Amino acid sequence: MAALAPTSRMRCMYIFNRNGVCLHYHVWMRPHTTLSQQQDQKLMFGLLFSLKSFTAKMDPVGGNKGNLGMPSLPGQGCSFHSFRTNTYKLSFMESPSGIKLILVTDPRMGDLREALRFIYNNIYVEYVVKNPLYTLGQPFKCELFNSTLDQYVKTLQ
Amino acid sequence: MHAISKELSPVGGCSGIELLEGDTFDLHCFQALTGTKLFVTTEPGTTGMENLLKTIYELYTDYVLKNPFYEVEMPIRCELWDLNLALAVKKDGKASLVGR
Repeated sequence: MAALAPTSRMRCMYIFNRNGVCLHYHVWMRPHTTLSQQQDQKLMFGLLFSLKSFTAKMDPVGGNKGNLGMPSLPGQGCSFHSFRTNTYKLSFMESPSGIKLILVTDPRMGDLREALRFIYNNIYVEYVVKNPLYTLGQPFKCELFNSTLDQYVKTLQ
Repeated sequence: MHAISKELSPVGGCSGIELLEGDTFDLHCFQALTGTKLFVTTEPGTTGMENLLKTIYELYTDYVLKNPFYEVEMPIRCELWDLNLALAVKKDGKASLVGR
């Protein structure tokens, strides 16, 4: 957890797999936490799941709505990529294998879809998935991943 | 979902989701002090919805809440409300009502 410049807009990052296991939680600046880390992660995953189903159903365009209550496959139906409140902006990306990347930033942050794609392709896949000592589906701790992520995030302003 | 998003805020003082961006549409939300929420779906990238939402809320208080025959929580069946809503949306210039 490296210290970023005070003007940095990054707050924290979560990575979940398709079963809801939090593979990684990275925090840069989080002055206010109400829940324990486990509860926080469960809540985050639950919220994303609900929001995805909600977006797919609310889609005014698009045909296939699927069945109510059934979990939808990644890529099926319309999905959201970010939401904003008055205190933070949450950017979301789901890979075809069900890996969910979440970035929580300052609300003035721009579109982070490209950044998320870069983090997935060039940092997560390179340093975690291709690591022969890593078992898929488990939380990971990797120094190279952390340092490369911090470096990349510094360029995102 | 609105309440959960408040819990997950990294900083205190969060008042819930204001804008949800999806692949094919954006959802704008306005929360009044009473907790009543107004939602508008738009094309992706539409800006300036806050003013429209505030205007619609004012119309809501005028034509619906101040109506002595209106029962809270019931569907709104008021011609003046429909008329003024359509006018406000048309005046905004960027939006148009589709269906009812």
